[in-house]
Amino acid sequence: MGKALIEKIMSSHGGEDCRAGDVVWIDIDNRTARDFAGASVVGNLEKYGGDSPIAERSKTFFTFDCNVPANTIPYANNQQRIRIFARKNDLKVYDVDAGIGSHVVIEEKFAKPGTTTVGTDSHLNIMGSVGAFGQGMGDVDIAYAFKTGKVWFEVPESVKVTLDGMPAAGTEAKDIALAMLRRFSSHELLGKSVEIYGKWVEDASLEDCVTLSSLATEMGAIIALIPPNDNVLDFFGITRNEAVYADPDTVYLEDYSLDIEGLEPQIAAPPSPANVFPVSEKTDVKVDGVFIGSCTNGTYQDLRYAAELLRGRTVAPGVMLKVVPATRKTWAMLLDEGLLKDIFDAGGIVSNAGCGGCASGQIGMTGEGEVQISTSNRNFKGKQGRGNTYLAGIGTAVASAVLGRIASVHELKEVR
Amino acid sequence: MPRELILKGRLWILMENENLFSDIDTDMIYHNAHLAVTEIDEMGQYAFGNLEGYKDFADKAQPSDIILAGDNFGSGSSRQHAVDCFKALGVQAVIARSFGAIYKRNAINSGFPIIELPGLPDNLFNQHDQAELNLESGTLSAGDNRYQGNLMSEVARDIYLAGGLFQYAERM
Repeated sequence: MGKALIEKIMSSHGGEDCRAGDVVWIDIDNRTARDFAGASVVGNLEKYGGDSPIAERSKTFFTFDCNVPANTIPYANNQQRIRIFARKNDLKVYDVDAGIGSHVVIEEKFAKPGTTTVGTDSHLNIMGSVGAFGQGMGDVDIAYAFKTGKVWFEVPESVKVTLDGMPAAGTEAKDIALAMLRRFSSHELLGKSVEIYGKWVEDASLEDCVTLSSLATEMGAIIALIPPNDNVLDFFGITRNEAVYADPDTVYLEDYSLDIEGLEPQIAAPPSPANVFPVSEKTDVKVDGVFIGSCTNGTYQDLRYAAELLRGRTVAPGVMLKVVPATRKTWAMLLDEGLLKDIFDAGGIVSNAGCGGCASGQIGMTGEGEVQISTSNRNFKGKQGRGNTYLAGIGTAVASAVLGRIASVHELKEVR
Repeated sequence: MPRELILKGRLWILMENENLFSDIDTDMIYHNAHLAVTEIDEMGQYAFGNLEGYKDFADKAQPSDIILAGDNFGSGSSRQHAVDCFKALGVQAVIARSFGAIYKRNAINSGFPIIELPGLPDNLFNQHDQAELNLESGTLSAGDNRYQGNLMSEVARDIYLAGGLFQYAERM
């Protein structure tokens, strides 16, 4: 019987000939920690790390993205504590200017197809977008990975999801991810490694793959692995033979298919990412604010699309449009190509690169009764403040900002 | 700290309406407003600070309490705080029908016992029952009621007995 993609990756990283259910110690190629929990990683290493707290410097680094630059004293303290530890141990810090760590790891081409990455970010399984293993973990686990280069892992069962057909024009990766959440909720894929197949993923851009994989966490899955397509291989400058794929004769725990033919834009209403509706059913909801960014929808492709939609249009009176590019590189490209001006002229606020509001950052918190459309990934009660957060793709977010109520990108075409 | 395999304590059953509370995510357990806290002792006061109906948990919890919840407990972020806040209050264990994957390993690695009771009926146990949780056999019992859950994995049990991942590794 063939091996699923996760079994192949773990087998090649010290797990020998492992199968689902085996507990294995796997070698980690990229060991990272953020400004959130990073200080606790340092604390653990100071306590348990001994004279040699770092196994391999070149594979170990910090990424600040949570509260950047720090706007609270505790965060400033934590970041500084990390910097001092990093200097002492000769570790690289992607500091408050760099952007979202999970994106930096892909951008720098550290997380190549088939590699393993861990960090203190629950969306590090975004590496599934390039057919690589990534996993968010707590500070004990990560400190251990810093010190030894290894973590233990129970190899998860694998399921296969085939997306049948192609969505309607104007439907994005986010809408497909939301359609998966509607189908599987947060329970059905719990603890599973999900492999996604179908024509749509074969043609998808790297950025689309990132968006789709980033919602694996909300599905309860360990990871959503997308077998590297030509776009992803080209980005890394490698061939199919240098990437890792599941064996063709793999038998999956479940073999699902999801019909996305003609799929229209979707939106997740509070209080959970799995509470999904077609956008067309929610167009009577008035909007106070729109957040565009996050590890789910903050790439150059996402923000270029937002800027193009905003060009020559204006945000509805009284609506806040908050835009946070994922990384400094994204910011630079938007700047160079004049796209920031489109966003600015439309009435948008553009912040520095990072996670925005997702983890107690500066951008995107809501007050009592406030309705926010967000391109991020969580809308649990209280998560983004006291208001009501809806999750949607870029087109829906921009259309809602311009029209002042929930709207799909199709409605935007009538507005100038 | 002695590492007992039989824990006795008061049950804190988390209910939402008539059902065991499911999908309690890490922002409900330990809100992101307090993530910069790094001292475990300071985390207890924020436990369930954003969980509807249980916001006063930190005031009412007693050392040796055992928490019982529904499906997918601890989904969401990777924050260790969501485990450590219970340790700070002296809570002995968390039991749920199922756990979020990251939460599960965070609990195991810090030596905090969790047990899965798949399919547990909503009303088998009563609020504040004096209960016995047997980590060896994976059973929860209170009075005449008893439910068989999953066994801890070998690695989880060994890490628990060692007192945490680093202590476990020292013995390897």
